[in-house]
Amino acid sequence: MSGTETGTGARTGGPEDIGTDVRHARRSVAQGARLGRMSFVWRPWMVLVTLLLAGAAFLVFCVSIGVGDFPIGLSRVIATILGRGEQVDEFVIMDLRLPRALAGLVVGIALGVSGAITQSVARNPLASPDILGITWGAGAVAVFLVTVSSGTTEAVVSSVGLSAAALGGGLGTGLLVYFLAWRRGIDGFRLILIGISVSAVMQAITTWLLVKADIRDVARAQVWLVGSLDNRSWDDVRVALWCTLVLMAVVAAAAFQFKPMHLGDEVAAGLGVRYTVVRAVLLLCAVLLAAVGVSVAGPVAFVALVAPQVAMRLMRSPTPPLMASGLVGALLLIGADLVARAALPITLPVGVVTAAIGGPFLVYLLVRANLRQTDR
Amino acid sequence: MAAQYITETETGSEAGSGIGSGADEVVRLAARGVTVGYGGRTVIDGLDVTIPPGVITTIIGPNGCGKSTLLRTLTRLLRPASGTVVLDGEDIARLRTRDVAKKLGLLPQAPVAPEGLTVADLVARGRHPHQSWLRQWSSDDADVVEHALAMTGVADLAERPVDSLSGGQRQRVWISMTLAQGTDLLLLDEPTTYLDLAHAIDVLDLVDDLHESGRTVVMVLHDLNLATRYSDNLVVMREGAILAQGHPRDVITAELLHEAFGLRAQVIDAPVGDSPIIVPLGRTHV
Repeated sequence: MSGTETGTGARTGGPEDIGTDVRHARRSVAQGARLGRMSFVWRPWMVLVTLLLAGAAFLVFCVSIGVGDFPIGLSRVIATILGRGEQVDEFVIMDLRLPRALAGLVVGIALGVSGAITQSVARNPLASPDILGITWGAGAVAVFLVTVSSGTTEAVVSSVGLSAAALGGGLGTGLLVYFLAWRRGIDGFRLILIGISVSAVMQAITTWLLVKADIRDVARAQVWLVGSLDNRSWDDVRVALWCTLVLMAVVAAAAFQFKPMHLGDEVAAGLGVRYTVVRAVLLLCAVLLAAVGVSVAGPVAFVALVAPQVAMRLMRSPTPPLMASGLVGALLLIGADLVARAALPITLPVGVVTAAIGGPFLVYLLVRANLRQTDR
Repeated sequence: MAAQYITETETGSEAGSGIGSGADEVVRLAARGVTVGYGGRTVIDGLDVTIPPGVITTIIGPNGCGKSTLLRTLTRLLRPASGTVVLDGEDIARLRTRDVAKKLGLLPQAPVAPEGLTVADLVARGRHPHQSWLRQWSSDDADVVEHALAMTGVADLAERPVDSLSGGQRQRVWISMTLAQGTDLLLLDEPTTYLDLAHAIDVLDLVDDLHESGRTVVMVLHDLNLATRYSDNLVVMREGAILAQGHPRDVITAELLHEAFGLRAQVIDAPVGDSPIIVPLGRTHV
C-alpha cells in the first residue's frame, strides 16, 4: 500500500526520520512549569500581560478615587486604602468614593468575564451579553419596576429592588434565549440570531414602557438605562462583590474543562469533556455575571463585547482569555467613567463613553468578519 | 432477491473474516443490537458489529445509510435508544467520559480550530484526558505531543496557525491531536472530506502508518476505491443495516455494489496489491 505515487512530493514523516522531527517539535511545544503540586503550561508573555493589566487596573482604580471636587493625590489614595491615611481622606475615600470605584471594578470584571465565556461558547466574537439580549432583558424588567410601580411602592423601587429586578430579568432572558436556541445542542449562530431577536423584543418592551410612563419615572429610568456609576453606596457594591467572587470561583473551577471546548463540541467530547454540563454551568455563570453587572451599573453598553476581544489581541491568544478579559473590562469601565467625569466639559454617564468606544469597535469586528468570509 | 443476497454475503464474510474473531478473549469495540435515531426518526435498527483489533476497518455505504451515525454511536457521541456499545468488555454508557477518552480517540467530520491557534497548541489539547485542574501540563505531556507531531510529519509546522495550512496538512494536524491522546483505538469520521486525491492518499498513508504501529482504526470513507485499497475490513451498510462485512477482496462484488448503492460497476483485480478496483459504469460511458 505504501508504494503509491502521490504526486505531491510533500510527504515526509515516515517512522524512519522521526528522531529529527521530534527534536524539531521540542522547540515549538510549550514548556511546563511547576508550583508545588500544580503544573501548568508556562507562557511568559501571557503572565506578563496579565500582571501589567492588573497593575494598570489598580492604577486607574486609584486615580479614579483621587479625582473629584476634592482632589486627592495618588500616594494618599493608596495609603488610605491600605489603612494608613489621614482622617479627612479616609472619610472622602472610604465612605464616598471607594464604593463607586469598587462598583466600576466589579462590574468591569463581571462583564468582561461574562463576554469571554459567551464569545467562547458561541465561538463568535459577536456573542456578548449585550447582543444576546441579557442586558436588555435586565433593563426591561428594571424599567417595568420603575414605571409601573410608580409612587405606590416607593420602597421597592429603592436601589436594592431595582438591582434584584435587573438580576431576575437578566437571568430570565438568558434562560429564554438558551432554551429557544436549543435544538439537539447549541449552535453559535442560532444562539446569536435568537439573542438578537429577543434583544429587540426587550428593547421594544422597554420603549413601550417608557412611552406609557409618567414623565418623572421616565427621567429616572433613562439615567439608569444609559448605565452609570453615580451615587453607588456600600450596600449596592457589597452584594455584587460577593456574587462576583462566588461566580468567579465557579468559573475558575470549570475553566480547565472549558479549554477543549474551543475546538467544538464533538472534539471536546472525544477528549473526555461532558460538554453539555460544562457549557450549561459556564453559560449560567456568564448570564449571572452580566446580570450582576447590570444590576449595579445599569446596562453599560459594549464592555462585555469589547473587553474579551481586546484581551485576545493583547495576549496574542486565539481564544478569549478569561482572567485578562475581566481585567480589561475593569480597566475599560473605570477608565471610561474617569473620562466621563473628568476629561469632558460636561459630566456624562459612563454608558455614553463605553458606547462611543464600543460602537466603532463593533463595526470593526463586523467588517473584519465580513472580509474573512469573502476571502474564502 | 434482496434477502437471498444478504444471506449469501453473510456466509461469505464469515469465511473471509478470520481476522479478529479467532482470538476473541475480550472484545475491544463492538455494537450489540443498537438502535439509534435523531428526534423521532430511527437511523439504525438493532445493529450488531464487532470491530476486529489491530486492523483498519472502514464503514462504507450510500449517503444517509447511517455510516456516521454508527461511528458516532461507537464513540458515545450518540446514545443508542436500545442496545449497548462494548468497549474493552465494558458497556461504554457506564464508563466515565474521561475514561472513554483515554481508550478511544475520535476525529469528527471537518473540525474547525479557532483562528490563530498554533499547530503545537492544538495537538497539546489532545492531552486533556490525562490532565487535571492541578496537573495541567507535565514533561510526559510534552514528550507525547512532540512524538505525535513528528509521527504525523507536521513537526516543522508546529508554530504555524492551523488556519494557515492547506486542507491536507490541517487534517494531519487533527490526526496528530487525536494521536496525542495516546489511545490505540482511533475512530475517524471521513478524514478525507474536502481533500483532493493526492492529499487524501497522503492522509490515508498516515492512517496506514498508525495501523502499522499497532493501532486499531475505524473510519468512514466516501470513496469506494480508497476504502478497498486502505482497509483490511469493510463494513458495507445500507438503510441502517449491515449488508456485508469482511476483507475487501471477499466483500466487494458487482452485485453488492448494485445492492448497496444501486451502482452499475465492474470489479477487477488491481494491478498492484491484492485489493479489487471498482470501475463504475454509469449509463453512457460503456
